This record gives sequence, structure tokens and C-alpha cells, in this order.
Amino acid sequence: MTAAPLPLLEARALSFFRQDEPVFGPLHFQLHAGELALVEGDNGSGKTTLMRLLAGLLHVDEGELRWRGEPLVRDVCQGEIVFLGHQLGLKGDLSPRENLRIAAGLHGCRDGMAPATALREVGLAGYEDEPVRQLSAGQKKRAALARLLLVPAMLWLLDEPYANLDRHGIALVNRLLETHIAAGGAALVTSHGAVSFHGGAPQRIRMHA
Amino acid sequence: MSRAPLSGACAAVLRRDLTLAWRRRGDIAMPVLYALIVTTLFPFALGPENALLQRIAGGVVLVTVLLAMLLALDGMFRSDIEDGSLEQLVLAPQPLALMLGMKILAHWLTTALPLIVIAPMLASMLQLPATAMPVLLLALALATPMLSLLGAVLVALTAGTRRSGMLLALMLLPLCVPVVIFAAGALSAVQQGLPWIAPIAWLGAALALALVLAPLACAAALRIALDA
Repeated sequence: MTAAPLPLLEARALSFFRQDEPVFGPLHFQLHAGELALVEGDNGSGKTTLMRLLAGLLHVDEGELRWRGEPLVRDVCQGEIVFLGHQLGLKGDLSPRENLRIAAGLHGCRDGMAPATALREVGLAGYEDEPVRQLSAGQKKRAALARLLLVPAMLWLLDEPYANLDRHGIALVNRLLETHIAAGGAALVTSHGAVSFHGGAPQRIRMHA
Repeated sequence: MSRAPLSGACAAVLRRDLTLAWRRRGDIAMPVLYALIVTTLFPFALGPENALLQRIAGGVVLVTVLLAMLLALDGMFRSDIEDGSLEQLVLAPQPLALMLGMKILAHWLTTALPLIVIAPMLASMLQLPATAMPVLLLALALATPMLSLLGAVLVALTAGTRRSGMLLALMLLPLCVPVVIFAAGALSAVQQGLPWIAPIAWLGAALALALVLAPLACAAALRIALDA
């Protein structure tokens, strides 16, 4: 896959207001296919808000978001963006396997990927049929990460993907990101640190309140 | 990479909600027990006079079933909002209105259908004549999906607010009134030996309208709720 001349995602003077209070100031950045960007900032600097904005859950107040050169609207990027937030979107009464089946039903499946394979890759082999409610916080996170493996998407928006994970889990996230970037995908990751990414220096987006 | 087909997505949402309801079977039994208790209490309160019970039977069963449905309405989207499943549904590359339609269908199957199944028993406890039974079932089959659809829109509208239960009940009341009037109208008509098809046809027309419009309104309301 050759790098397209147009950036995958571009923000021009993007700002967001909550009840006329600015949440974050004008932001400019470009993200190309095969690139990783880290969103950095203190608590309350608007990292999660930015993620929800990019995912299309919030509407853009000021500035512009472009997807492959065109204004970012719901229909343009349908199914190309996958969002993993603080709320993992897992049903506690269902098993990880059932949760992934729903994701596959809604988004489709990568070639040669099945719920069981994805769960094995994130280290949940043996827990496929336990109710998610009974898993530990880190295991729940891993089950949510398995969705990234299963679902075909160009851009990953990961909000604090390292939270609750042990050393192996953090290595797992880094490995997933490296594979995704190497395959021509792009990712935006918020984090307070603990990122050791081996696929080149990632772009850093600083957030100011 | 294979995109998900629409039918598969619908089936996935429907299967998920039905599985979840099955894992919490106790919650399904709640409205049924409520309806059973209320209709059992009526003869005790009013006295076991056959003529009186016969006259009120249809109305009592209708109102009881609709009220029992209200019990489960409140939680239609709550757990989905709390655990982030709704965000994932909104972001999925599928028409949101249709996916919500599937959720409403699952809700109807798990709350209204059991009530319709026990309705003949409730009605015969109150001495409703057997001739009126098919009309009662027909009226319920049209009125309960109406309530599910209208209720879903209101639940979606109040989704952002905490303690939405009171607000929901107040908003739903004026919408319930015409449903009850037409359903009860059909029942009293059949008991008096009059033609009953007109009120049933009105219910059917309203249901057709709600079937098309309610999921769209629901989708718009939930997008706004998540945007807040």
C-alpha cells in the first residue's frame, strides 16, 4: 500500500467548547496512513473529548476535521474508525466470545480472523466463555483490545489503552499498534506515558486546557 | 476484509438482547407477576359480581398490561449507555435506526409477549366472554408494540438525565391515552355485539406510522444524548 498524498485525518484549528467554556484550544495536526500519534496532556485537558470528537460522538464546534481531504462526516468514514474508550463497550453478562461475535456482526471481520483467534492473541485463551463480569479489569481491557484485532478499520482511536494492564498487557498494546501501523493503518493514542513504541518516533499532540 | 451484511448486523443485535434478557430471566418475570397480582386483586376489591367484572374485564386487562410494560421500559438503553455498548452501536457502520428497531423488537419480545400470552388467563379470571377474547388479543398485539416504540423514543429523549423514571411516566401518559381508548373501544364494541373493526384499524394505522418513525426519532434522540 503506497502512502496517499492526502493525510488520512487532518484537524485545522479544531476547538471544542462546553457551555461556552473552551475545553481545548485550536489544535492543528495531520495523521497519515502508517502513522501513530500520541495525545498528551494533563487530566482534564480534553484528551477524551478530542477522542470522542474524532470518533464522531461529539459535533465539531469550531475548526475543521478532514478525512482523506474531505470534511469528516458520518458517511465518509463509516466503519473505518474504531474507538476504544474508558467504557469498554462489553456486556458484563456475555462472555468475551459473545461480545466479539456482536462486534463482528456489526463491523465485519478481518480476513482469517475469528473471535477465538483474536482472544488467543490477547492472552484470553481459556476465558472465552466466562462472563465478562467475572474477569479482572485488565482482562476486560484485553477483551476490548481483541475487538481491534477482529474488526477491519483504518484508524484506531485508543483512549488510555494502557490503563489497568500489567507489563505483558502494555507490551501487547505496543505490539498490536506496531502491527497495525506496519500494515498501513493509523492510530491516535492518549496516554500519560509508558509508551515504548519501536516503529519510529510517533507524532506528539500536546493538549492545553 | 469483509464488511458486515445488514441482516447479519440485525441478527447480532437481536440475538445479543435476547441472550441478555435470558441471562436475567427474573427481570422478565417481574411484569408478568405484576399483571397477575393486579388482576387478582380487582375481584377482591370490587366483589365477585359476574356482571360487574364482565363489564370491566377488558379495560382492566388492557391497562394492567400497559402499566406492566412501563416497569421494564425505563431500563431499555440504560445499561447500554453505562457500559459503552451504545457508543459502539452508534459508531458501527450500520443504520442506527434499524439497529435500535431491533433493540425495540427484542424489548417487545421479552416484556410484551409474555404479557400477551397470559392475557387470556387474566381475562378469563375476570369473566371476559370467550367471544371477546380474540379481539382482546388483537388489540394487545397492536397496542403493546405501539407502547414499546413510543416508550423507546421517550427513553432515548430522557437518556441523558438522571432519575428519568418520573419524567418518562409523565411524558408517556398522554401518548398512552389514545392507545387505551381505541383498544378499549374495540373491546366494548365486541361485548355489545357492535362492529369493532374501526378502532382496531385505527390502532393498526398508528402502529404502522410508529414503526416507521419511532426508530428514526429514537436514533436522533440518542445521538443528541451522547453528544451532551
